[in-house]
Amino acid sequence: MATDTRRLIRVEALTRRYGSRTILDRLDLEIEPGEFVALLGQSGSGKSTLLRALAGLDGDVAGDGLVDVPAQVSVVFQDARLLPWQRVLDNVVLGLDGAAARGRESLAEVGLAGRERAWPNELSGGEQQRVALARSLVREPRLLLADEPFGALDALTRVRMHALLRRLVEQHRPAVLLVTHDVDEAIALADRVVVLDHGRIAAEQRLDGGRHTTEIRAELLRALGVTGEERT
Amino acid sequence: MTLVATRPEAAVHRPKRLRPGPRIRLGFLVGPSLLLALWSVTSATGLLDPRFLSAPWTVVTTAAELIESGRLQDNLLASVWRVLLGLAFGIPLGTLLALVSGLSRWGEAVIDGPVQIKRAVPALALMPLLILWLGIGEGMKVTVIALGVFVPIYVHTHNGLRSIDSRYVELAETVGLGRGAFIRKVVLPGALPGFLLGMRFAVTTAWLYLVVAELINSTTGIGYMMDLARTYGQTDVILVGIVLYGLLGLFSDAGVRLVERRALSWRRTLAG
Ligand SMILES: Nc1ncnc2c1ncn2[C@@H]1O[C@H](COP(=O)(O)OP(=O)(O)OP(=O)(O)O)[C@@H](O)[C@H]1O
Ligand SMILES: [Mg+2]
Repeated sequence: MATDTRRLIRVEALTRRYGSRTILDRLDLEIEPGEFVALLGQSGSGKSTLLRALAGLDGDVAGDGLVDVPAQVSVVFQDARLLPWQRVLDNVVLGLDGAAARGRESLAEVGLAGRERAWPNELSGGEQQRVALARSLVREPRLLLADEPFGALDALTRVRMHALLRRLVEQHRPAVLLVTHDVDEAIALADRVVVLDHGRIAAEQRLDGGRHTTEIRAELLRALGVTGEERT
Repeated sequence: MTLVATRPEAAVHRPKRLRPGPRIRLGFLVGPSLLLALWSVTSATGLLDPRFLSAPWTVVTTAAELIESGRLQDNLLASVWRVLLGLAFGIPLGTLLALVSGLSRWGEAVIDGPVQIKRAVPALALMPLLILWLGIGEGMKVTVIALGVFVPIYVHTHNGLRSIDSRYVELAETVGLGRGAFIRKVVLPGALPGFLLGMRFAVTTAWLYLVVAELINSTTGIGYMMDLARTYGQTDVILVGIVLYGLLGLFSDAGVRLVERRALSWRRTLAG
């Protein structure tokens, strides 16, 4: 059904356990079609666990709950995860038949036109991450999942990637769940920021321009358990 | 004038070079050439008794005579043909078994054990049985070679396959690769370095098993030529055979390495 692809993305009472440790504890989360949500949380709070559940990559993890996501989900990992033995273009269209032309377009979108025949090893870290982005977007996902995709990049490249991501997301309009540990990155990119703590969504902030970002930033940092003295 | 030369000495910080350096052209010939030189010198100075080991030039003239009479070509052709046939059966067999055993737990349970047992049994110990089953004809010889060849192919391909990074498997799952595409795009290229290493062992192993096969009741082949020479005490002919085996092994290995460099050009490794 055509309307189906534009429906709400829902996570209800999601529980995930590793051994006796409950990482996600009856977590609820909804994402609107086309909405950009940033997921913050302390290290080990279960951000990647949640993301993997949404990506359907956690078949071997114990737990239950409802995960209702569109059929077209793309994942951008923290490492670019390009197949080293496939040329850049082949990596972009991996698993898509006869999509070379679209792959080229997608590479041009991320500013890598002309590098189609390069080996992934010949690209810089930022370029590799852009190829990964092109690989995700060429699939026209309804939901884009990204787990600290810019974590390994330098500050300057990160800022560039932010602009690129924002532009691409505006063009392709997927819903986005971006995991990050960087409050400023979350504020810069997202429509809504949620904080994961003790297995639940413990706080959330909408960035609809109504309030000052410094105030939002302070509240998010508080929700992350950063005290006044630690803040800079 | 280069930029480096204009810099003050102290400013140039050279990090320690840990790589082996640029590739030497025809480098694989250096070691064998040194051996040859040693052999020539000891023969020329009389240090080496010709009854014990003929001089290199004797080997060359003997080889020339053998070529003139056509014996060398005939025997060489027979040997090469056996090796090629053995490889033609052994390589696909090893690869197929490695794939089945690497991609399914049941496959591994069924296949891996018997292959390890085959590995542990010396080739010579299998010969009597193979002769009983297959006679002493070409079929037996090719079988001996194929059985020898498939083992290293299996072991290294299987190992290469199993060491494919699980993150790539996860990627294949997220982009929704089918079984066939997964094998073509991830499994085979990922296992290729292992397979090629297996190939290097396989080609040298093939010549090894050829000797075993040819020394038993052959009427053609280098092994037969050498065995005949042994009966007449012709060390020079025996040496021609040994040199031939050596050369064939060396060039087959170099050939595989060439393919390896081409096929794995995506790799940036110590070897460069
Ligand atoms: N495969 C696993 N087996 C056992 N425990 C695991 C496994 N994966 C994750 N965990 C545990 O689950 C918890 C949550 O892990 P997760 O990777 O989701 O954290 P995270 O929020 O993404 O952290 P980070 O910001 O450091 O990436 C951690 O305490 C981790 O040790
Ligand atoms: Mg994580």
